Amino acid sequence: MRTPRNIIAYLQAAPLMAVLLTFLIAPILMIIVVSFWGATEFSIYPAFQFDNYAFLFGSPVTYKVFFATFKYALITWVFTLSIGFTVAYFLAFHVRTQVMQTALFLLCTIPFLTSNIIRMISWIPFLGRNGIANQTLISWGVIDEPLEWLLYSDFSVILAFVHLYTLFMVVPIFNTMMRIDRSLIEAAYDNGASGLQTLWHVIVPLTKPGIMIGTIFVVTLVMGDFITVRFMSGSQKANVGRLISNDISLLQYPSAAATAVVLLCTVLLVIGILLRFVNIRKEL
Amino acid sequence: MEKRSRSFYVLAGFFCLFLLFLYGPTLTIGLLSFQGPKGGLTFPMQGMSLNWFRELFEQQAVGDIWGSFRRSLTLGFMVMMTTVVVSVMAGLAFRKRFTGSGVLFYFAITSLVIPSILISLGVGLIFNQLGLKVHWATSGFGSQLTWTLPFGLLIMFAVFNRFDKSYEEAARDQGASSWQVIRHVILPIIAPSLIGVALFGFTLSYDEFARTLLTSGSYNTLPLEIFGMTTNVTTPVIYALGTFTTLFSLIIIGLFLVIAWAMKKRRTLSGSDAGKAL
Repeated sequence: MRTPRNIIAYLQAAPLMAVLLTFLIAPILMIIVVSFWGATEFSIYPAFQFDNYAFLFGSPVTYKVFFATFKYALITWVFTLSIGFTVAYFLAFHVRTQVMQTALFLLCTIPFLTSNIIRMISWIPFLGRNGIANQTLISWGVIDEPLEWLLYSDFSVILAFVHLYTLFMVVPIFNTMMRIDRSLIEAAYDNGASGLQTLWHVIVPLTKPGIMIGTIFVVTLVMGDFITVRFMSGSQKANVGRLISNDISLLQYPSAAATAVVLLCTVLLVIGILLRFVNIRKEL
Repeated sequence: MEKRSRSFYVLAGFFCLFLLFLYGPTLTIGLLSFQGPKGGLTFPMQGMSLNWFRELFEQQAVGDIWGSFRRSLTLGFMVMMTTVVVSVMAGLAFRKRFTGSGVLFYFAITSLVIPSILISLGVGLIFNQLGLKVHWATSGFGSQLTWTLPFGLLIMFAVFNRFDKSYEEAARDQGASSWQVIRHVILPIIAPSLIGVALFGFTLSYDEFARTLLTSGSYNTLPLEIFGMTTNVTTPVIYALGTFTTLFSLIIIGLFLVIAWAMKKRRTLSGSDAGKAL
């Protein structure tokens, strides 16, 4: 009886396996192979050389760009976590009816299903030199000259990241909070814990899995990004993703592939560490 | 009901600010897309008009917007159908441990966390070296699946974690075959969640940018077209396009929500479907 059941499971899993082998594993292997190839100005040729890696690790730009990537990830993580946690906490513990909870939760999720590019474009009228932010601040007399660093700066890049990705924190944290047994919180209060003590010693530890899942999403999305940095910084800032996309636009595929391999290893390393703290399948 | 504490009002205020932060910019470009013919990319409004929408619908000088819209729509439906079918099958498979299930699970997680540009680059390189032409319906389609399938799978995990197996066992005790159990017990029960998977499949595909960048070939999808416009269009026509496609997304989302709601309603009204399987 064991074997046929196993065969059914294989057949059910086969389409997913096929798609992932063709469009995920094969491309990764291809990138690894090509990262050892050579390139002329207009074509690439098979080889086995370490030139691309030697160049990558020999260039100070690489370290700077990797540092910037981590910086974006860390700052975005801090903001998305604090905003996401607060929002999820409000939804899970302060909204009383389930209908209201569902409605507000949907309200939070809907922007995630609309275009990221449009959502980035929509910051332009706010942050531009003559944008709403500057006009308001000037009319209030806070500043005399328009602020130049609102758009096309680290500020606007991180603002866009937080705007785009806070939902990835709200959803898993809210999900874990809803599964917390309410009697534990009652018990904490009955034993004389204050609101803050309950929050810190009961709710936060129990919410850790959700925080971890949210962290995985936000960190990988920010580290792998190239379009937000390019668009929101007006091409003035760089992260690893942009390094890769610049090489691609110059048709320097082997060099792009080498950078991609290093980026992938970095991301997988970070995720590997985070996954040690959480069992994703159990937490859904 | 006990009285609201002060922290409730503080948190409610914070939540409202968060919603303003989420929706404010989109509403602003919605408003600015009705800018008068002489108006620019920011306030003040120079009168109200439908000028930019008219331009969007009339002139095709800025690119092939309608062609790309059609392609995105077709691709979205292809990805949606495939995501639902493949995720449900994989979700069923994962209910039992099978050799290789661990590897497949880690593949799915990798697919979720891998920087999108790597998929774009890798798929592009493979097609290139095999001498195949990249096209949105082949390489673009496959690349998008690497993003929608892990989401579909995670939703299926969540669904099956909450699934009461006794229904299934009852059906089996009554002599239902495995296929009958899936068709007449499992699928009807999980149907509303499948609406969620379908919604994710469609919208994630419809808005996908990075994974289609190098894999869609010479015919752009809508997000690629919009991104192209950001570099060379400096009139509110781009806001009009943004408003148009956001409205379209909202209509799709609303449609799916109504369907899910109707399914739940029907289920509670009609109750038992005992005997239908015969």
